[in-house]
Amino acid sequence: MRATKSGLAATALGLALAGTALADPVEDTLVVETDDGAIEFVTTTTAPDHLKDVMDTIYSGWHYREDETRDLQRDDFDNPGMVFVDRGMDLWNQEIGAKGESCAGCHEGPESMKGLRAVTPRVDAGTGALMTVENYVNECVTERMGLEAWGMTSDKMKDMLALISMQSRGEVVNVAIDGAAAPFWEKGKEIYYTRFGQLEMSCANCHEDNQGQMIRADHLSQGQINGFPVYRLKDAGILSAQQRFVGCVRDTRAETFKPDSDEFKALELYVASRGNGLSVEGVSVRH
Amino acid sequence: MTGRLWLAAVAAFAAAVPAMSETAPKDVAFVEGAIEASLSGMPGNPEEGAKVMTTNALGNCVACHQVNGIPNVQFPGTIAPPLDGVADRWSEAQLRGIVANAKMTFEGSFMPAFYKTEGFIRPGAAYSGKAPEGDLPPILTAQQIEDVVAFLMTLKE
Ligand code: HEC
Ligand code: HEC
Repeated sequence: MRATKSGLAATALGLALAGTALADPVEDTLVVETDDGAIEFVTTTTAPDHLKDVMDTIYSGWHYREDETRDLQRDDFDNPGMVFVDRGMDLWNQEIGAKGESCAGCHEGPESMKGLRAVTPRVDAGTGALMTVENYVNECVTERMGLEAWGMTSDKMKDMLALISMQSRGEVVNVAIDGAAAPFWEKGKEIYYTRFGQLEMSCANCHEDNQGQMIRADHLSQGQINGFPVYRLKDAGILSAQQRFVGCVRDTRAETFKPDSDEFKALELYVASRGNGLSVEGVSVRH
Repeated sequence: MTGRLWLAAVAAFAAAVPAMSETAPKDVAFVEGAIEASLSGMPGNPEEGAKVMTTNALGNCVACHQVNGIPNVQFPGTIAPPLDGVADRWSEAQLRGIVANAKMTFEGSFMPAFYKTEGFIRPGAAYSGKAPEGDLPPILTAQQIEDVVAFLMTLKE
């Protein structure tokens, strides 16, 4: 580093600022009361082994939001994301297929999807392809229902994603990173550390090096995706993980990748693996 | 040609051909991270500089830095050192170098290079998320850099 002495001193001052209470994720516990009893979520836990050299503890993005936003997630009646789960439920039962097929006709209740959100993206043993929840949905939509593929970020797709994610609520994220997943994971990791765009910023620059800091009015989280899809108060809508990636990459003055591109799928696997050990939150709430 | 069209043509010509004394981003000479001469060939205006520093689409320096010298900035960032007293710590040439390309002073810095047009990975057209059409302009113009430097020079403790 070629910084002069005075530059270094100033940098140390900047670091001292980082030690203020403002910088820390809030200490709090997320419990949601449901018809089937209370669910306690893991929102803080020990970092998975592959992250041990860069951080000790992982936190859900929930810990970085204001009190009011966190509270919205404690009660399903207050959580605006539940509207989309209900819409997903309607869609699940509709006989929309070319021959009148419905999701329910093959899979019965949505509970049959329990666990899926916690282990995706994953490599499909049959085809060797990396599959997100959206990819599985579209496989049924096109091959088993004879329909045109749904847009990756279309309302239908996100409603269904919300419904399916809810079935794994409270389960601990545990995506595989070895074996057939390894090459995808390595590629995602490379993207995570690449400094894209005219601002030359990587995911790690913001969510690893500066998590806890304020970037203007935003409290930087670890950029975890265990809470996705999220309901965003600002957009009054839900957002998939890859939609969030689009926004973050755009903010580096870069040409973004598209949702469902090989790059973003690999990145989703890698970012998901950074959250191995946190609970799936179903549909979380962000400002 | 109507008068107005004629004026527009002159303006377009003026914008396309930078003043003789302006240094293009790729021609900037860094000496130990510093840049000696004004990039625009003109002195900077500190008031304009303060505006550039607090405008999101321009410098947005306050996204990362606190500057008590600019009152009424809501929610300044905490990522980078506060800029108060920066003129006591650095010379004008050093500050010009830091604003133009901080990575020439601080290796691997998180601070973006505001006067650089090449060597990026997947650069976009500003914040559109799309690839740029034609040449990529620097984030700030030569004169905006000078304005920011002029403002930074007022930050003495
Ligand atoms: C210039 C800084 C910056 C960069 C670079 C950046 N992000 Fe973000 N990101 C933010 C901000 C600000 C937010 C909103 C506050 C928060 O949740 O951290 C955010 C939010 C997120 C969230 C939502 C977290 C939640 O719980 O709601 C995810 C996921 C995310 N980023 C992933 C990424 C990934 C992956 C990359 C790289 C492709 C990336 N970010 C690059 C600034 C950045
Ligand atoms: C994304 C974050 C970011 C933005 C935006 C940013 N900076 Fe910086 N800046 C830094 C960091 C970090 C440092 C500390 C040097 C280092 O460690 O890389 C720094 C250092 C500096 C220094 C040296 C400070 C000292 O006391 O040593 C000056 C001067 C400076 N920046 C000016 C500016 C100006 C002017 C702008 C806007 C035109 C700006 N910065 C925008 C992150 C940023």
